Amino acid sequence: MISVKDLTKRYARTTAVDHINFEVAKGQIVGFLGPNGAGKTTTMRMLTCFLPPSSGTATVAGFDVLEQPLEVKKRIGYLPEMPPLYPEMETAEYLKFVGRLKGLSGAELQKRVDYSCERCAIADVKTKLLGKLSKGYRQRVGLAQAIIHNPDVLVLDEPTAGLDPKQINETRDLIKGLAGSHTIILSTHILPEVEQTCEQVVIINKGKLVATDSVRNLQARARGAESVVLEVAGRNGNLELNAVENKLRGIAGVSQVLCKQQIDSRAVFEIESEKGRLVRGDLARAVVESGWDLNELRPAAMSLEEIFLQLTKSETPAEKAQAQGAQP
Amino acid sequence: MRNVLVICRKELGSYFASPIAYILLLLFGVVFGWMFSSALGQFLNYSMEAQMSGSYYPMNLNEQLIRPLLSNVAVLGLFAIPMITMRLFAEEKRSGTIELLATSPIRDIEIVVGKWFASVVLYACLLLFTAVNFAFLFRYGHPDWKPLLIAYLGLLLQAGGLLALGTFISTLTKNQIIAGAGTFGVCLLLWIVGWVDYETAAWAHVLSYFSVVTHFESFARGVLDSKDVIFYATVIFIGLFFTARSMESLRWRS
Repeated sequence: MISVKDLTKRYARTTAVDHINFEVAKGQIVGFLGPNGAGKTTTMRMLTCFLPPSSGTATVAGFDVLEQPLEVKKRIGYLPEMPPLYPEMETAEYLKFVGRLKGLSGAELQKRVDYSCERCAIADVKTKLLGKLSKGYRQRVGLAQAIIHNPDVLVLDEPTAGLDPKQINETRDLIKGLAGSHTIILSTHILPEVEQTCEQVVIINKGKLVATDSVRNLQARARGAESVVLEVAGRNGNLELNAVENKLRGIAGVSQVLCKQQIDSRAVFEIESEKGRLVRGDLARAVVESGWDLNELRPAAMSLEEIFLQLTKSETPAEKAQAQGAQP
Repeated sequence: MRNVLVICRKELGSYFASPIAYILLLLFGVVFGWMFSSALGQFLNYSMEAQMSGSYYPMNLNEQLIRPLLSNVAVLGLFAIPMITMRLFAEEKRSGTIELLATSPIRDIEIVVGKWFASVVLYACLLLFTAVNFAFLFRYGHPDWKPLLIAYLGLLLQAGGLLALGTFISTLTKNQIIAGAGTFGVCLLLWIVGWVDYETAAWAHVLSYFSVVTHFESFARGVLDSKDVIFYATVIFIGLFFTARSMESLRWRS
């Protein structure tokens, strides 16, 4: 649906976006991740034909952003970082105006306005002035504005910025609900958001592409070895911490054992295996055979936060590859 | 064309949703009303004196009352025009709504013309307010309506040109005050640039040709001179052309 090739944006002194490549399939939600000033907004602005790229190409639904901007714009709904609202307009009036801008008219326009209001839960503020709406409502009117012409692609720039936790959840659910019928690109610097809403992640830093993959693959990729959380409890009310640790260390393939927590006779360990070895089975057997209770055994998923920090820490992708290559 | 009307309608909505349109209407109504009544009073005095002294020259409503008043309307316009155009693009740039317009399937030139046209419509409303005063003259006297109509066409064309320049200046900044002050300066300059009658050199003629006042004189006399129509049309075209270019450069810079 979206295809970006060597997309670059240069300003007089800086390069905001530097040869970025990625593809987005139809119906996917893609998280666009990066620290502030990484070039997320610039990339989105190029996709929505607000800014022309300095070099490289981007196509949306098969149309080039430079060659056929009108065709691209017809197929894109865009929510900029600041919702583009006119404070002196009423909600319904505003949505009608945007609908007309996007080429709707007559009964179709009315239908889409009603649909968007219902979908974004703003039907109760239809006759209120936009300037008097709360931040959460403003954001949702912004979303309603983006979906008014039923676009194939939705580009959302930090859709949950500045909302309270309840509103954030509502907005995320709304975005998830829109996926499938729409292809969605959403930018954010909040990592759990991507974990919760997106299928695929594009991480950029300082204008350069750092990683692009599915959330699950990325988690696997960032850590080659297996990482396991293990909770052990002693049978008769006490637990010899040292004995357990020594026992676990003795298992072939375990490279690190760390006691995270001990409460009475229970202890939680974080165990890392050597690269390419699966140790979960051995761990379970060792614990049970030693006469302890095995309360919990689960793979420790690495949070995107750690991955993100790991990936954006090194200065350039080349250096990062070098560092990774030197490790094993 | 449809898109132009969509933009124009929205702009007119904004004008009349905010106090600006009403303030200008009030300004035109009160100030021009005062100008009209005092000019009329003076005219009546003169005509009475002329009658008593048995003058042979008949007084002329068009020449002695309407024409000077029309130049006053143009002066009022000088103040109103910056107020009308200053927010057109500056406000959209400041609030970020320009992103909505620029990412909608609509051409830049349609946005520009739509906004300019809305400002012209608002100015036409202001002119209509002044025209009410002249309507009284038709009730009690017999002025010639054709020159009056042509003069109003001239006022509208003159303002159209200045409004186009104001629209252009509004694209240059995010700050309405700067846009307004800049527009006022440019309008004033185009007004007084013709004050070089004392000079007979070629450059003086060129300068006075650029004055928006010089070109209004024929309209004020009730003469529809194609030379002056073309001048105003050119100013409008240049103003809108630069506005469209400026919007395009906004995309490359911002």
